Amino acid sequence: MTMGETVTTYGIQPKPGRKRASLASTAGRLLRMRETGLILIIAVLFVVMSFASPYFLTWENMRAMAMAFAVEGIVVVGMTILLISGGIDLSVGSVTALAMVIAGLLFLSGMDPWLASAIAIVACAGIGAIMGFFVTKIGLHHFIVSLGVMVIARGACLLGTGGRPLGLYSLPPEFKFIGQGSIGPIPVVIVIFVVVVVAFDFMLRRTTMFRKVFYTGSNEKAAAYSGIRTKRVIFLTTTLCSALCGVAGVIYMARFGSAQPTFGVGMELNVIAAAVIGGASLSGGTGTILGAILGTILLSVVSSSLALLDVSVYWQDIIRGTILMTAVTLDHYFNKRRG
Amino acid sequence: MQTDLILKIDNLSKAFGAVQALKGVRFELRKGEIHAIAGENGAGKSTLMKIIDGILRPDKGQILIDGKAVTIPSPAEAQQIGIGFVHQEIALCPDISVAENIFMSVTNASRAFMMNYSDLLERSGEILKGLADIDPSVPVRKLSISQQQLVEIAKALTLDCRILILDEPTAALTEREAQALFEIMRRLADRGIAIVYISHRMAEIFDNCDRVTVMRDGHYITTMNIADTTPEQVVAAMVGRVIDKLYPPKQSESEKSQEIVLSVRDLGDGALYSGVSFDLWRGEILGLGGLIGAGRSEIVKGVCRLEGNANGDVQLHGRTLGAGHYSDRIKDGIVYLSEDRKGDGLFLDMSIAVNVSALDVEKVSSAIGVINDDEEADCAESLGSSLNLKCNSVSQLVSTLSGGNQQKVAIAKMLFVKPKVIFLDEPTRGVDVGAKAEIHRILRDLARDGVGIVIISSELPELIGVCDRVLVVREGRIAGEVTGDRMTEENIMYLASVSSEGAVLS
Repeated sequence: MTMGETVTTYGIQPKPGRKRASLASTAGRLLRMRETGLILIIAVLFVVMSFASPYFLTWENMRAMAMAFAVEGIVVVGMTILLISGGIDLSVGSVTALAMVIAGLLFLSGMDPWLASAIAIVACAGIGAIMGFFVTKIGLHHFIVSLGVMVIARGACLLGTGGRPLGLYSLPPEFKFIGQGSIGPIPVVIVIFVVVVVAFDFMLRRTTMFRKVFYTGSNEKAAAYSGIRTKRVIFLTTTLCSALCGVAGVIYMARFGSAQPTFGVGMELNVIAAAVIGGASLSGGTGTILGAILGTILLSVVSSSLALLDVSVYWQDIIRGTILMTAVTLDHYFNKRRG
Repeated sequence: MQTDLILKIDNLSKAFGAVQALKGVRFELRKGEIHAIAGENGAGKSTLMKIIDGILRPDKGQILIDGKAVTIPSPAEAQQIGIGFVHQEIALCPDISVAENIFMSVTNASRAFMMNYSDLLERSGEILKGLADIDPSVPVRKLSISQQQLVEIAKALTLDCRILILDEPTAALTEREAQALFEIMRRLADRGIAIVYISHRMAEIFDNCDRVTVMRDGHYITTMNIADTTPEQVVAAMVGRVIDKLYPPKQSESEKSQEIVLSVRDLGDGALYSGVSFDLWRGEILGLGGLIGAGRSEIVKGVCRLEGNANGDVQLHGRTLGAGHYSDRIKDGIVYLSEDRKGDGLFLDMSIAVNVSALDVEKVSSAIGVINDDEEADCAESLGSSLNLKCNSVSQLVSTLSGGNQQKVAIAKMLFVKPKVIFLDEPTRGVDVGAKAEIHRILRDLARDGVGIVIISSELPELIGVCDRVLVVREGRIAGEVTGDRMTEENIMYLASVSSEGAVLS
């Protein structure tokens, strides 16, 4: 035997052929999943609304609804990952607006819009890195740090633009294409959204990189005691969330053809609500991208339905809040029963 | 005889979903006795106690206090009846003072509008006097775990209770503190208070209790006078079979090896420990003894690069290991099993498989970092079955397992990376007798297979029973080494507690 080699009784023995889960147990697991419940609720809403309003099930309405949640959905992806790692970010709305303003100002100063957008995204990642620094190195709470950055970033937006939207009428059409164009019948925005969601959903479920995010959020100390560099994980999830806000901001700019310094006020609440409805926990460790996106879709379908039914906009917030509380209460109840 | 019965429980049953936690349990408690309840984890002890304390409601059965049938709907109601409960888990408010914590339930019940702080300090000082040297005005977070445990006990003592339930109160206490607690228990019993004492430690039960009731699988098995029974009989009743040997055989002379697995030289962090040097030989189980707070865990975490910034030379199989992060140590083959299984050892809300692979997920992943779920589950199943882990499937959440099985998951987590050296911090704390013996056997097998095993334990019988050699740590230094016949509780305690000035430390 060579030095240091160990042959142990308690090793991992290779095992031939793994029995596949039976159809019934797979079906049972699907039924218990949060995502299935959300899809059912959304489906019911679709059926009800298609009877209630002739405009609901039209291509135009579907497209408008998808456009409404697609870009915000990219921010939801970042927020969900951050929530899973145990963090939270209140600055997403301001940072999204700041991305627009930075890219818009650079473009107006004569820069190529693609380069300007890239710089804006990197700047947002930088903001996330600064927040990550305050959280992991100084030891402040995500809530406080991002609250500060939320206000600062909004202030920077207003300062940079004098509080007025920047009209970017000379944006080249190939740039506007990412926000306004279509590939066949499908808007480019939705294509980007689907790509981001599918990619991150897969990575979050299956890659070692993101498994470490779950470990860290589930029990930071146990993760550290498993050799995971938890501070680095939290730093990176914080940076990623802000970087995705940058991406969303640039797409919004292409879509609106302008940079709006007051855009995204209150977005953080919508985004957090969507992630939580989709199963993310504020204490970290749980959540899926698919669930969070279904949460986003649900909120969006409800808003759209209420608008079609001529319900006052003031009711919408009340209903959204009620949905959030109902979802979380049901989840708490079922989790308790299971545990 | 019947007249001094204070509590009588008859035919008590309780189910959680499909799991029948208690089946027709009976229990009798007399005034002034210390009554031990013994049973493996999952035997139903906690459920029974929670019913007595009003945390849970029974499905069926009768509770008689002083011969009158009662229902106990809540812990507050239990307090009214005179039932005090010291839980195993510490539930104090860390930011408020010891005095306020001690009188929390009393303050809650008082009708006074203003807090009388000076009175509070004085009275809590009195209660603590016989118990521990703790300043009642400091916030609880400044206390050590064992001091916090004593505050929990002091808190129960304010309640003027007639029945006091202590759930593994000595788990975090040092020997001396435990002795002080036993003296207090005896004084309370002499005053007529009935004490229910839950512990896994046979020695404590036999030294301090009057009677013992054994439970197994939710059933009442027997109640015996301590004077009329032996630890072997109690253990046999607990596990339903005879455990002939509590500890596995030690390393034989022929198995002794000259090969050094791990060598530590002059390790120090500049604060909690310094000048720590020791060798770990192939095939042996090395123990680290000493008082809580002596720096044992800190030294081990220093070797593993988990906490603090330790200087010194660490060699694994003759190769000097650099500084670096714990993840580098894991790659080298050195792993640490935490003493706080629930707090930082496991991911309770995650599955067994996901826990087992936590130290090196890359091992069950493709080159680009995509996890192979089937391979991950296979590894967990394979390790689990070799450790005799009892579970329905490896996709089960760890929080649903018993303490002993959770610890096996924690051990599987270490073995997943094929370690060369395993440091185990209190490896059997809160683990029942059966699983404990199994864990000890596993460690012995691992040592025999050439894995270096270092155990930290505050339970002296365990150190003596399992280890081939014990290093005693005192005030951050290795105070001495005991082997063979010199490995006795007295020798270890002497080395652990006598300072260089000759004074005895607490």
